[in-house]
Amino acid sequence: MQRYALNILLPAAAAFIVVLSQMGALDLYVQSVIMFMAINVIMSASLNLVNGNMGEFSCGHGGFMCVGAYVGSLLSMLLFTNSKLFGAALLPGYSALVLFPLVLLGAGAAAALVGVIVAVPSFKTRGDYLAIITLAVNYMVISAIQNLDVIGGPRGLTGMRPTMSAMEDVVNLPWMMIWVLIGAFGSVALIRRYISSTYGKGVNAVCQDEIAAEIMSVDTNRIKLVTFMVSSGLAGVAGALYAHVVGYVNPGSFDILKSTEAMVMVYLGGMGSLSGSVLSAVLFTLLLEALRPLQIYKWVLVPLILILLMQFRPEGIMGNKELPDMFPRLRKYFTFK
Amino acid sequence: MALLSINGLTQKFGGLLAVSDFNIELGGGELVGLIGPNGAGKTTVFNVVSGFYQPSDGEIVLNGVKTRGLRPHQVTALGVARTFQNIRLWHDMTVLDNIRVSQHYRMGYNLLDAFRRSKRYVENERKIETIAYELLEAMDLKQYASEYPKNLPYGLQRRVEIARAMSVKPQLLLLDEPAAGLNSSDVDGLIKLVRWIHKEFPITIWMIEHQMKVVMSLCSWIKVIDFGATIAEGTPEQIQSNPTVIKAYLGDDTL
Amino acid sequence: MEFVFQNILNALQWGSFYALIALGYTLVYGVLLLINFAHGDIFMVGAYIAYFVATLFLATVGLSPSATLTLAVPLTMILTACVGVTLERVAYRPLRRKGAHRLYVVITALMCGLILENGNLALLGASRKNFPELLEKTVYNFMGLSVTNLKVVVIFTAIAVFLLLQFIVTRTKIGMAMRGIAWDKFAIPLMGIPVDTIIVFTFVLGSGMAGLAGLLFAMSYPVLEPYMGALIGWKAFIAAVVGGIGDIRGAFVGGFLLAFLEIGVAAVFPSTLRDLIAFTVLLLIMWRKPTGIFGVAKHQKI
Repeated sequence: MQRYALNILLPAAAAFIVVLSQMGALDLYVQSVIMFMAINVIMSASLNLVNGNMGEFSCGHGGFMCVGAYVGSLLSMLLFTNSKLFGAALLPGYSALVLFPLVLLGAGAAAALVGVIVAVPSFKTRGDYLAIITLAVNYMVISAIQNLDVIGGPRGLTGMRPTMSAMEDVVNLPWMMIWVLIGAFGSVALIRRYISSTYGKGVNAVCQDEIAAEIMSVDTNRIKLVTFMVSSGLAGVAGALYAHVVGYVNPGSFDILKSTEAMVMVYLGGMGSLSGSVLSAVLFTLLLEALRPLQIYKWVLVPLILILLMQFRPEGIMGNKELPDMFPRLRKYFTFK
Repeated sequence: MALLSINGLTQKFGGLLAVSDFNIELGGGELVGLIGPNGAGKTTVFNVVSGFYQPSDGEIVLNGVKTRGLRPHQVTALGVARTFQNIRLWHDMTVLDNIRVSQHYRMGYNLLDAFRRSKRYVENERKIETIAYELLEAMDLKQYASEYPKNLPYGLQRRVEIARAMSVKPQLLLLDEPAAGLNSSDVDGLIKLVRWIHKEFPITIWMIEHQMKVVMSLCSWIKVIDFGATIAEGTPEQIQSNPTVIKAYLGDDTL
Repeated sequence: MEFVFQNILNALQWGSFYALIALGYTLVYGVLLLINFAHGDIFMVGAYIAYFVATLFLATVGLSPSATLTLAVPLTMILTACVGVTLERVAYRPLRRKGAHRLYVVITALMCGLILENGNLALLGASRKNFPELLEKTVYNFMGLSVTNLKVVVIFTAIAVFLLLQFIVTRTKIGMAMRGIAWDKFAIPLMGIPVDTIIVFTFVLGSGMAGLAGLLFAMSYPVLEPYMGALIGWKAFIAAVVGGIGDIRGAFVGGFLLAFLEIGVAAVFPSTLRDLIAFTVLLLIMWRKPTGIFGVAKHQKI
């Protein structure tokens, strides 16, 4: 029974948040902070899969998010809203209640396909050379979208918000919050299931000794391909959610700074620690919001705090351990085995 | 039919001839040694057999399958497992996980099963874990199942590495200098372990070893190579008294 | 024809900037295996230092432009080198001492870059600074081709710096020590080589060159803003890796390659496609040669 505690507790907490926002106990600002937190959790946990567990150095995670944001927005506009771009909605608005996951799935699939561009060179090269490929892909994605005038080019794209309103028209619930929370919990659960399976432990084996992994029957190329695709696909899901939360996407908001944020969260949490990257995503979002009144000084202070943190804990908050390793009492409730 | 037959294997690196015209035929259940001075090309032979290098020339047939063009993990799936000269365990994974991961080729489920925790996933994971525990139990490693290899003494690490190789359920086990870096009591343990494996499992063991004590007491047939070429082969007694071998090891200056 | 030559000249000039910055990445990487992501911002700081030095001597002291330039070159290089060394001492070295994972140092470098950028923005405000003219513009004309003296200076400086660094790294004792640290950082101190001094020297060289690049850049494009270093820095890093990071020749070739690609694309296609096409070509190069043009693949031994 205790083993399922987490599986009950977390959805309960999520439901609690949803109820609170429905009752109006959380104002819109707090709601949006929670949503950004959840999106950051997806970003950080998914990048951790590649940078932490697989030991690669991907610094273009923002690019995948960008693909997801655009594909998600376009799908959402095509299917559920009347837009200038696609004309009338293909499906009635209420169907979004059931079919919105399709949008997320499509966004994830598109981002995962872009992830293949990074995964294939990773068969032959590692480390900093691969880092540059991820960086170049990030630039290419942004540049490609800036050149696509049909979807707004550098000006950006709006019009995915009505999908949410369509859902709210049918059942008056904070749907955005619901989908974001589902996305975040779903992604973390997915990653946890992946890395705790024998299949996914191959990822750690590739990280620690690729030659031994290959010789001990791990198909390292497939592991790399799958891991990159899962990671970038989830970043795509995060992007699609982000687009719907903000209601507006432009390529500029997914540049290196976005990728840097994701990297900071991963390394702050500790490489290869899933609970660490979730925790650090939450803390990082809170830190950013807490320092918002400082305006421009925020971006001086935040890096400074992070540098100091790294000086005191050069292995991140959690090292490469998980919560139950740090607090053995928690082991009763959940493990990462 | 022979388990492994290597015909005319030649391996060049640039201008260096690491192995030239190497032939061997191994049947089931043999325990064979491969010795030679440092740099003779012994490990290269193992690397080619395990698929890490593609041979420049020659042919390797494993259980009737030509291995040219196969990637190492595919060769392993054909029933070859190996250990490494300098231990290459995954040091930040528990001993149990080390054994689990090396059963990758018969995982029997796909990514979606892992995501959904389907019945197939649960059954296969259980099977993998059972095999791992059985093996650890049999090899006296059960109490270390949740330890990290980096925290174990060297002799135990060797044992874990051999256990990891055995978890592939190989028909051919390649041991690359298993006694390197072990103290004399560990070496005795190793000899016992290899003998036990050879008795318990119907597999062929092929080992590279420098310590004559190990080779002479375990192997029934020994092949000696030097500068990539085979210079002698025979039973331990024959090798010990072979003048070419003595010359290769000690030089030809008469004292 | 003239159009082509004009573009080649422009590419050479841009390539010089990329090469000068890429050299700094490569030097530090070659010694520490550290991607110093703050390097682009050190370049920006260099440009600002050049601005302050130049305005100080021109306006406050009242020197002639040419005297200012002769003073500004060494001063800018020294002051920028100080910035680089400060980062090394304050942020990177303690982490290295603690044996932190290499990538934590990289992240720290990223953060240092952000601090430099935004600190600058916070201190000096968003208004752009106009760099004073230090070199009187002369246009040389030959065979219908016009070249400004500044372009010539930039290109020749880059070549001179390349030759100098190549000499230092391959022919001098300190260069040998620098290469040695990259090979084996545990054995080098045992050989009696003062590792920290060598590392500081590397940062001095790299940041000094970034300062020089900043000064030349400010003279060529006399509008300064805090984010000017970020993009050019990332691109120079990409250039360094495509050339083969850790190799001086690689940085030089990579820098010019990227510049020729960008200017070439902009000359033929609409300039908005510049990044897309240039990066696609670089990506294809990386697919073909995974360790860059001059990079040597590490041999894996088992």
